Parts: sequence; C-alpha cells; structure tokens
Amino acid sequence: MTKKNVRNLVLSILLLAAAGGALGWLQANSSAHSYAISIIERSAIYAVVAVAMNMLTGFTGLFSLGQAGFMALGAYVTGILTIPVEMRANVYYLNGIAPWLENVHLPMLPALILGGLVAAVFAALIGIPILRLKSDYLAIATLGFAEIIRAFLASPAMNTITNGSFGLNNIPAFSNIFVPCIVSAVCIFLMVLLINSSYGRAFKAIREDDVAAESMGINLFRHKELAFVISSFFTGIAGGLLAVYMRSIDTKTFQVTLTYNILLIVVLGGIGSVTGSIIGSFLINGGQEWLRFFDEPLSIGGVQIPLFRTGFRMVIYSVLLMIVVLFWRRGIMGTSEFTWDNLFGLFKRKKKKNAGGEA
Amino acid sequence: MLKINDLKVNYGGIEAVKGISFEVPEKSIVTLIGANGAGKSTTLRTIAGLKKPESGSISFLGKDITGTDTSSIIAQGITLVPEGRHVFPDMTVLENIKIGAYLRKDSLEDDINWVYDLFPRLKERSWQLAGTLSGGEQQMLAVARALMSRPKLMMMDEPSLGLAPIIVQGIFDIIREINKQGVTILLIEQNANMALHAADLAYVMETGHITMQGAGKDLLEDESIKAAYLGKKKA
Repeated sequence: MTKKNVRNLVLSILLLAAAGGALGWLQANSSAHSYAISIIERSAIYAVVAVAMNMLTGFTGLFSLGQAGFMALGAYVTGILTIPVEMRANVYYLNGIAPWLENVHLPMLPALILGGLVAAVFAALIGIPILRLKSDYLAIATLGFAEIIRAFLASPAMNTITNGSFGLNNIPAFSNIFVPCIVSAVCIFLMVLLINSSYGRAFKAIREDDVAAESMGINLFRHKELAFVISSFFTGIAGGLLAVYMRSIDTKTFQVTLTYNILLIVVLGGIGSVTGSIIGSFLINGGQEWLRFFDEPLSIGGVQIPLFRTGFRMVIYSVLLMIVVLFWRRGIMGTSEFTWDNLFGLFKRKKKKNAGGEA
Repeated sequence: MLKINDLKVNYGGIEAVKGISFEVPEKSIVTLIGANGAGKSTTLRTIAGLKKPESGSISFLGKDITGTDTSSIIAQGITLVPEGRHVFPDMTVLENIKIGAYLRKDSLEDDINWVYDLFPRLKERSWQLAGTLSGGEQQMLAVARALMSRPKLMMMDEPSLGLAPIIVQGIFDIIREINKQGVTILLIEQNANMALHAADLAYVMETGHITMQGAGKDLLEDESIKAAYLGKKKA
C-alpha cells in the first residue's frame, strides 16, 4: 500500500466515523433535532433512487421516467405488510381488508426487500416490450407506466388491499436515524459494486455505442433488461423506505413530480456520477428547507420587504437551479467521482494558480 | 475456414444479398470489394450474427453457424471491426480494449501486452478517453479491441474510411502483420487499390451478387476492374 492509499483510507475512516458520530449525536438529542433528522433521512432515501436512476440514465443510457411508479409499488408493499395487525381495522375502516391479507405481517427489512422484488418483477415484465424503444420514447413509455401503476393502486377494485384512494397510515416509523442511513448506504454500495463490475463496463459500452457493443458480443436486450430490473429493485426499496419515513402514504405521493425531483437530483449531481447523485440529493433536500427563511416576512429597519412571503422560496430555488444548470452544464460532478485524490488535486491546482499559474 | 453458401439476406425489406457463395481459406487475407450498396456490410453483419439470413448457410471451421448468436460466434473465433470505427468515446483506451474481451473470463494480461506491442501508440494513450484520439488512432483502437477476443478470423468493414492515405498505408501494414501472426482476415473496402494489393484472394460484389473472383494481383490487372474501381481508363 502506498502512502497515498494509507492517507485515503485513514481519511475515509475518519469521514465515516465523523458521519456516524454526527448521526449518533443527532439521535441522542432527537427531540431537539427532529427537523435535521428528517432532512437527513429523506436525503438518504432520495439518494438511493437517484443512484438507481443514474445507473439507468447515466451508465446504461436508458432514459426512464418510471421511478415514481416503482417507488409506489415498493411503498405499498412495505406499507401494507408492516402496519401492525391490530391497527388494520382502523386503517381500512371504510372497506375492510382482504381476509387473506389480514394477518400477514412482516418486519420492516423483509418487507422492504419484498417491495423491491415486486418492483423488479414488474420492471422485468414491462421491460420486455418497452426496452426496444430508444431515448425519448422510452421516457414516455415509462412515464405512462408509472401513471398506470398509480391509477391501479388507487382504483376502487384495490380497496381491500391498498385502501384505494384513502391511502395507508399508521406505518411504524424508523426506530432510529441509523436504520434508513444504513439501508441506503448498503443499497448504494451494492449498486456501485455492479457499476464497477464487468456488467457495469458493458452498461457503459451500450450507453456509448450500441452498434459496437453488439459487435463485441454484448447482448443488448439482456443487459438493458438487467440494468432496468436492478435499478427498479432498488427504486422499490427506496419507495418502501419513503413509506416508513412518511408513515402515511397515498397515491398522490407518487405523482410525476416525485420522478422530476429525482431527475433534478441526478442532473444537478452529474449524469454518470454516483457520488454526484448522493451530493445532489443532500443539496436539493437540504436546500429546499434551508431556503425556507425566504417564505417568512422580513422587515429591515421597519420597512416590510414585499417579496418575502409564502412561495418566494420556490422562486429563489428555481432561479438557483437555472444558474447551476447554465454554468455547470454537466452537473456538479460531471461524470467523475468524488475521491480524496481529486479533492487534494483541486486544492493543489488552486494553490498553483494563486502562486502565479505555473501549471 | 469460412464457407458461405448461397446466402440471401434482406435489409429493410430489400434483398441486399442475393445468393452469394464464397470461401475464406485459413491464414489468408480475403477482400470483398464493390461500390456502395453492393451488400458487403450486410454480408459481414450476417456472418457476425448481427443479422439473420433469409436462406443459405455459413460454416466456420466445418461447423454450421447460420443464424447463431453474436456472442457464440465471437466465442468460436470470429470478430468484426465495425464500419466507422465505433470506439466508445467516453471510456479510456484501456477500458475500450478490455470491453473487446467481454466474453472471456480468463486473464487478459498477455493479450493486452500483445495489442500494445502491435500498437505502441495506444499504450502511450492508455488513460486517454477514446473520443479524443485521432481518426487513425481510433481505427487502431477498434482493431486492438477486436483482437482482444483472440479471433481466428477478423472481419474488417472499411478500415480506410475517412483516413489520410499515409494512415491507410499504416493500417494495411498492421493488417498484414496481424495476418502473419496467424489471424485470417476478411476485409471489405471501397479503396480497391489498397485492398487488392494486400489480398491473397478477392471477390467483387455488385448489387447483391458476386460477379468476379481471383487472386488480388490478377484482379488488379483486369481491365474491367481497372475501369470500374481503380479509376483507370480502358486501354
């Protein structure tokens, strides 16, 4: 191991320890910091979906907008299975719950995985016809699929299973902040392993040039289907996490705007960068909250500033996004990843520039 | 080594290849020349399994491979360098080379060294993104990538396309060198002059048919070939 590798390892361990320590401190003072905790939890969950979407859009070149649909599947499976049996009569007070489902209960983790699997099965089925489509057409088809899922979950025919348009509530919350963070980290870690494997290399080859990829013996359909199914699996898990995080869900949660939010994170972070998606998720979720002071009335020297009122935050937010997209066209990270070497390289370049630009 | 028998292929509803038969002997350089739209590329794509033929048969080393998957055809030792190079622009040179061995599970070390010996220029640029290479270097990369599947037969679709004459000369030198090391070459070209000089055996393809065949040197002397493909007037 070279000196640099040791340094990087030490820094990574320190960063992890600092993150763990910060989470532990928040957890110990959870009543005072419930706001920060909820932002962190949501950011972690969105990061999973963003990385899953990036795996499709950034690494395989498949532009899919079906995220909200797959999240809805994961969320409903997780929600239905984790609501405590004794609460179910309350939740399904209007239509009752289907008798076969009445006593089926799973702990959170198996329910999450089952939710992911259901999303993956649906992805496999619809992947067969729609993965033959390219670019915009694929986006439209997946968008349509997500809406169908939503309509299906909300339909009166599903009343005794999904509680139709009344939604689900009383979903047990995370026992502590570590649960969503660790589940998200594991999901992202597994996706990174896939991206760095020989499958990941084949995904990138398909993104770059499908003619050449095919001539190399890469089966286009099989690899696209694989990327789509795995991405949907993790999207489903993130949907389940979101259900547990929100504690009550209905199908309006999973409208197209949810997909657009995720797309925004992916674009802002950099299409083709995993760390970019993670950073993007924390920036977007944190930024939306941090900008809240624009919504409150502000007076300077007794004069009320007229612009500061409810809704102004979103104006500022949109302007900031436009600025980012205009000036960092490839997102914050582009296609590169955050590494310690890159970070120190950045400092060195700055130093050199300041010293008189010998570089 | 490769035998094509009465092959017919449709392309976009049109019969592009109308029943051709030809043979590629082991360790030779064979070229298929002809104008645009003669069906040359379609023929190569069909041999590589990227297109399914209407009828006819393709056999490789005595085994029928008609209509087989591209991956199993590559595994049996046929590779295609596609027309227009098609390198993966946002991947490094080394990543491009590794993709060429996608179907192999064994160690690549020796073969990477082998293609780097053939193309020292690529070794220098190993970490550069393929999209930033010059046209000639991209063509070298496309050849190097194809060689990584350890082919017995390498098919090349228009390797001289869009390259300066001096670069084309270099590419053909490399083709001869690869051939000397035991790889059979099937080449299609519009640059008939270069191709015929390099080829042991040549076939002329016109609108889906093979109209003439012979040793490369003989065809170079043929009056009708001279007039049609080499830009010389009939005497």
